Amino acid sequence: MRYEVGLGGRIHRLELRKKDAGWECRLDGRDVLVQAVRASENTLSLLIDGKSFEVKHEAAEAGAAIFVRGTRYEVSVEDPRSWRGRARAAQDEAGPQKLIASMPGKVVRVLAREGDSVVSGQGIVVVEAMKMQNEIRSPRAGMLKKLLVHEGMKVNAGEVLGIVE
Amino acid sequence: MMFKKILIANRGEIAVRVIRACREMGIASVAVCSDVDRAALHVMKADEAYGIGAAAANESYLNIDRIVEVAKRCGADAVHPGYGFLSENPKFARACGDAGIKFIGPSAGSMELMGSKTRARQGMEKAGVPFVPGTSRGIESLAEAQKVAAGLGYPVMLKAAAGGGGKGMRLVANEHEFASALESARSEAQRAFGDGEVYMEKAIANPRHIEMQILADEHGNCVYLGERECSLQRRHQKVLEECPSPAVTSKMRKQMGEVAVRVAKAAGYANAGTIEFLADAAGNFYFLEMNTRLQVEHPVTELVTGLDLVQLQIRIAAGEKLALIQSNLDLRGHAIECRVYAEDPANDYFPSPGGITVLSEPSGPGIRVDSGIYQGWNVPLEYDPLLAKLIGYGESRKQAIGRLKRALDEYVVGGVKTNLALFREILSNPEFLAGNTDTGLIGRLPAADSIGGEAEIAVIAAGILYALRAEKNQGLEQGVGSSFSNWQRAGRDEGLR
Repeated sequence: MRYEVGLGGRIHRLELRKKDAGWECRLDGRDVLVQAVRASENTLSLLIDGKSFEVKHEAAEAGAAIFVRGTRYEVSVEDPRSWRGRARAAQDEAGPQKLIASMPGKVVRVLAREGDSVVSGQGIVVVEAMKMQNEIRSPRAGMLKKLLVHEGMKVNAGEVLGIVE
Repeated sequence: MMFKKILIANRGEIAVRVIRACREMGIASVAVCSDVDRAALHVMKADEAYGIGAAAANESYLNIDRIVEVAKRCGADAVHPGYGFLSENPKFARACGDAGIKFIGPSAGSMELMGSKTRARQGMEKAGVPFVPGTSRGIESLAEAQKVAAGLGYPVMLKAAAGGGGKGMRLVANEHEFASALESARSEAQRAFGDGEVYMEKAIANPRHIEMQILADEHGNCVYLGERECSLQRRHQKVLEECPSPAVTSKMRKQMGEVAVRVAKAAGYANAGTIEFLADAAGNFYFLEMNTRLQVEHPVTELVTGLDLVQLQIRIAAGEKLALIQSNLDLRGHAIECRVYAEDPANDYFPSPGGITVLSEPSGPGIRVDSGIYQGWNVPLEYDPLLAKLIGYGESRKQAIGRLKRALDEYVVGGVKTNLALFREILSNPEFLAGNTDTGLIGRLPAADSIGGEAEIAVIAAGILYALRAEKNQGLEQGVGSSFSNWQRAGRDEGLR
């Protein structure tokens, strides 16, 4: 199996082959022998060169954060053979941009209307959660083409609040 | 007479903390919960639990009538308010008293005096308590205020009279900033506390926040239990507290303690309370305010004094006399508390509510975790983002720090983002290690190295987890007779990522 594992803006090439109780790994061209045991639903015990690591991980559907000795790593695994990996890589970054809620919460104020011209960094929507207010700003200069929320609405993290073109 | 049943008018870790004290003392505990807290930890830990309304705090945890009604109906003879919510609300204390239910805390009168920072200043001036120079009354006109500010010398700090938690607070560097700062401080205070009164103090550059714990019974006895260093803050919210403070000598502790006792006596105070001071680099300290409740950070005092403050609160409220004698009270060892918040470090530490999908809490020597969460709990977005408190104790500051760093290695909270990584940075920071903690320290921390030392292990683990998952899916597929199309499989793989 060959994977591309993204971590902190870097892509690592990882080859895995099952061997007896362990895995033969080739990480960025280097060979590593790993013994892995699933200790519980969220826990993986790794032995690498005699070194022991307790690895915890979030449930798959909630993202892919991995914890090694308590430190959180956000990783993404792509199987380069999968069509989705390539589709994602080809995504276009220019053109209309989405206004995205960076945290879940309630919309307490809307600072612009559909059709308004906005500058980059201008506050468009204020989302409140846990007594804190967070201003969602326009990712680019242009026109607020679509506004998908109104005051009092609950939103999730990552939800699209509007589109600026 | 000791109480038979106590209602806890709070939620989260502090409700669990009080329930534990009740259980230890053989007192029945009653939890209350809003609609979104039905499955909260405090509900499950209590002996009894009752719903009190909708998620919004003013319909549930701030609803005095509902809470008093539940207390009467279930036969509680006392109410513990925890911190936040109604804990410093004199109307609540009075409503409990009127219903014949003991409020575990000071009298409504003491709360009223201390609840208004300007009234507290006026009262304490008479008791000869040292203050930060400033106004003891609310600011009425801009011109008058600017004149006072010029006399004090810039920078000055504007503060909400009814305030707390940094709301309605503004630093004013010069007279040009005054008008807009006053305007925004007033409107923020009005929104947060329903009271736009704002007063002014001379700003002390990078001060330390040091507070003194006191305990007073209802028979006129009062002792101080040592200080807590609370200088490490973000947005005026405490992040890490310790006892003793590296900046406080035993002479200064005695002086501060005696001032604190004087403050408490001047307010006719009974039960547990905290007097907050600002201290400058020269060791001068000034009265800031009194918190008329149990503090979030009370565990550090418990660990170095060996006392259980919640049990003592209950015993004082039941009318017992303090058995503690000041000259016998000693601080032993060192304790540090880390406040674990549901906050996203990558998004400027804004709140991160949501489901706890993985949870592994540390334990072992010198480690205490006061938590309000469990794996599977969904952290609601309506309330404070405090998830838990990690407290480390050691015979020395160094040992306490070592234990905390070890505990952080064991501490995993997944699903929501947390500020846990911040504590590694603080606990390894040379300034912190040298005891140079002031309110500017967190702002001066170098930008975190976003990738930790064990990144390679994380990469390998991620790959193996992916492969194990694929293997399991394949197994499933064969098991059900391979009826899946590749399209369905790709879709499912995507969902599992």
